Amino acid sequence: MLTWIAILILAALSTVAFLVGRRKALASAGGSSAKMHSLPGYYGTYVALWVGVPAALLLFVSIMLGGRLEHGLLTATEPPVLQQLSSEQKELFFEDAQALAEGRQLSEAIYEPDVKLALEAKANEARVYSNAFRQGTFALMGVLVLAGFLWTFPRLNKDFRARNRVEGWVDGLLLACSIVAVITTLGIILSLVWESLRFFSSVPPADFLLGTHWSPQIGMRDDQVGSSGGFGALPLFAGTFLVMLIAMCVAGPVGLFSAIYLSEYAGPKARAVFKPLLEILAGVPTVVYGFFAALTVGPIFRQAFNSLGGLFLGGPLNELGLYLGQVQNQMALVAGFVMGIMLIPFVSSLSDDIINSVPQALRDGSYAMGATKSETVKKVVLPAALPGIAGAFLLAISRAVGETMIVTMAAGLQAKLTLNPLETVTTVTVQIVTLLTGDQEFDSPKTLAAFGLGLTLFAVTLVLNIVALRIVQKYREQYD
Amino acid sequence: MPMNRDDSASHEAASAPGEQAAPAVPSGPSIKIRARDINVFYGEKQALFDVAIDIAEKSVTSFIGPSGCGKSTFLRCMNRMNDTIPICRVTGSIEMDGEDVNDKSIDPVVLRARVGMVFQKPNPFPKSIYENVAYGPRIHGLATGKDELDAIVESSLRRAGLWDEVSDRLMQPGTGLSGGQQQRLVIARAIAVGPEVILMDEPCSALDPIATAKIEELIDELREQFCIVIVTHSMAQAARVSQRTAFFHMGRLVESGATDEMFTNPRDSRTQDYITGRFG
Ligand SMILES: Nc1ncnc2c1ncn2[C@@H]1O[C@H](COP(=O)(O)OP(=O)(O)O)[C@@H](O)[C@H]1O
Ligand SMILES: [Mg+2]
Repeated sequence: MLTWIAILILAALSTVAFLVGRRKALASAGGSSAKMHSLPGYYGTYVALWVGVPAALLLFVSIMLGGRLEHGLLTATEPPVLQQLSSEQKELFFEDAQALAEGRQLSEAIYEPDVKLALEAKANEARVYSNAFRQGTFALMGVLVLAGFLWTFPRLNKDFRARNRVEGWVDGLLLACSIVAVITTLGIILSLVWESLRFFSSVPPADFLLGTHWSPQIGMRDDQVGSSGGFGALPLFAGTFLVMLIAMCVAGPVGLFSAIYLSEYAGPKARAVFKPLLEILAGVPTVVYGFFAALTVGPIFRQAFNSLGGLFLGGPLNELGLYLGQVQNQMALVAGFVMGIMLIPFVSSLSDDIINSVPQALRDGSYAMGATKSETVKKVVLPAALPGIAGAFLLAISRAVGETMIVTMAAGLQAKLTLNPLETVTTVTVQIVTLLTGDQEFDSPKTLAAFGLGLTLFAVTLVLNIVALRIVQKYREQYD
Repeated sequence: MPMNRDDSASHEAASAPGEQAAPAVPSGPSIKIRARDINVFYGEKQALFDVAIDIAEKSVTSFIGPSGCGKSTFLRCMNRMNDTIPICRVTGSIEMDGEDVNDKSIDPVVLRARVGMVFQKPNPFPKSIYENVAYGPRIHGLATGKDELDAIVESSLRRAGLWDEVSDRLMQPGTGLSGGQQQRLVIARAIAVGPEVILMDEPCSALDPIATAKIEELIDELREQFCIVIVTHSMAQAARVSQRTAFFHMGRLVESGATDEMFTNPRDSRTQDYITGRFG
């Protein structure tokens, strides 16, 4: 509540600073903005920024760090009664103390009377800390506001280069945003690497990358923690690869050919119909593709294979017939096929862009040589676009490898080392999902295995993306 | 009936219907292309109005005129490149050796093998030098074997004056050549299919003076074997390379005739203004 009031006050002060600053600058030019270095608004903005931003930053930092700091102070001294508690109970105790101080809901823990007393004492302590902290923050904010004002306001006159100073602020703001983006990404990567290292300290990387036996659920039992036999991820990589391959067999040709049709053959009318349709396809949530795969495509494929198997029964291919007869709904083929459909718009719109960026002069050159349209497409446009199209395919592959929902719903869960598209397979992403859904302790090898998988996946897609973007970019430069 | 309006844009000067454009092409070279009543529309907008001209065999004809006056448009009528622009509509007749190129029986793809074209910006394909020249012979099946194809490639490059510069790097990309070399490569590519006519749309406007001089020299040599039409912005170039010149203005052919005559003694005041640099 107080924080909100502080924010409101700060906003009001900034507004005042803006008005005052503008007024002073205008006055120094005798009321004529033509004589001033910058537009009057810039002078106001300059003062307002110095008055508002540092204090706002301080407030933000104090909100972010305040809880931590208080917690640290609070736990620095432990009341003697806590000695009877386990470390988890202690943690709960301190959390409850803070909750009590802030008037939040307590946990359901039941405390002995003496502990309860200590709890109240700690809560009082917490109140003292947070009051002091808050007052300190507000005081410091006040100082910053005043300093900002005194730093800027006296310097204002008509020749002051307020416009350039404000430009500097804009610069800084943009830089700050991009730094936030970079740091967040770095943080994610670091935590991924960190947790993976923990995982790899109990499971050797070679066993993980090359092992063929995947059954992480077993490793969860205490007597088997770290048993490396269960963490051979090769079947997952194989499954991922198989599904990706099938997806690309669908998305590659269909996406590319539709791109060729759209960019080279389709008239404006056909384009006006097809382009938006493909964009709609690109906007379908993957979970919808997922149940489309599980509920529609899966059964259709199973029935088709089952009845195909029926034809072979009793013949020389009896074995094959029997095999086809027991094919399930969930198989790599279904997941790959539907994923391929999902990727069609992706491949086709990227390829379309690339084909369109092949200069018209090349087509004209070919037509002028007496080539037909398809000769021109085949011999000039496609070869010219090939590097870019390869890049587009790599991007699509990286999407296919990272795609989760469709495979979760349609590929199956069994980790089998197979390249048979009719088998159920499981993929890296599916395993991450199954490892982390439900109640988990956060440091069993089982959950850590998810980080190992995540890191592998990240590394693969990162390399794919970098290579792909390089290719596409290089290709773009060629025909700028 | 086609009307001869070749010497002048004015209707009064038209000679009797059906008559050959005798004054336009003086004795000597025969007529390769005869265009009559050419009107071209881009959608609703008309780009050419009643253009009529005779273009002589084995000589260079240059088209001059201010930007946007329709020179390129007319050039593209002659090999039906305008077909590739959906909104473009052409009426009138263009006879090549007495055959209307717009006739339904004429396949534009075959026509374009007979009428080669060189563009303003050199546009070699992103293939090797060899493959660039072999492109046309391959799609038209002109060579039966590798040796024959090699021979065509070599002779085309020689005729385009490029052989000596590239003979040791035929397998390197054509896009790696200099601008002037690229333009000669493109000319070699056009020659390789054995055309009768070569259309050049401002072939030197992207080149430096030395490369330009080489191309002009080349054009002068090629005149022995081909009927060449060149669009140019440079009056000096028109004077240097062409025997006959046609002046276009605002979609109309204002006048055409022997180059010397036109530059020394233009009949139309607009031609005079353009040549003396008063507009365009
Ligand atoms: N593809 C096109 N679509 C629409 N209008 C065009 C197109 N090409 C040329 N034009 C128009 O036709 C006129 C003649 O153009 P062009 O033949 O290129 O002139 P020039 O080559 O003499 O500079 C211009 O007004 C131009 O705007
Ligand atoms: Mg032009």
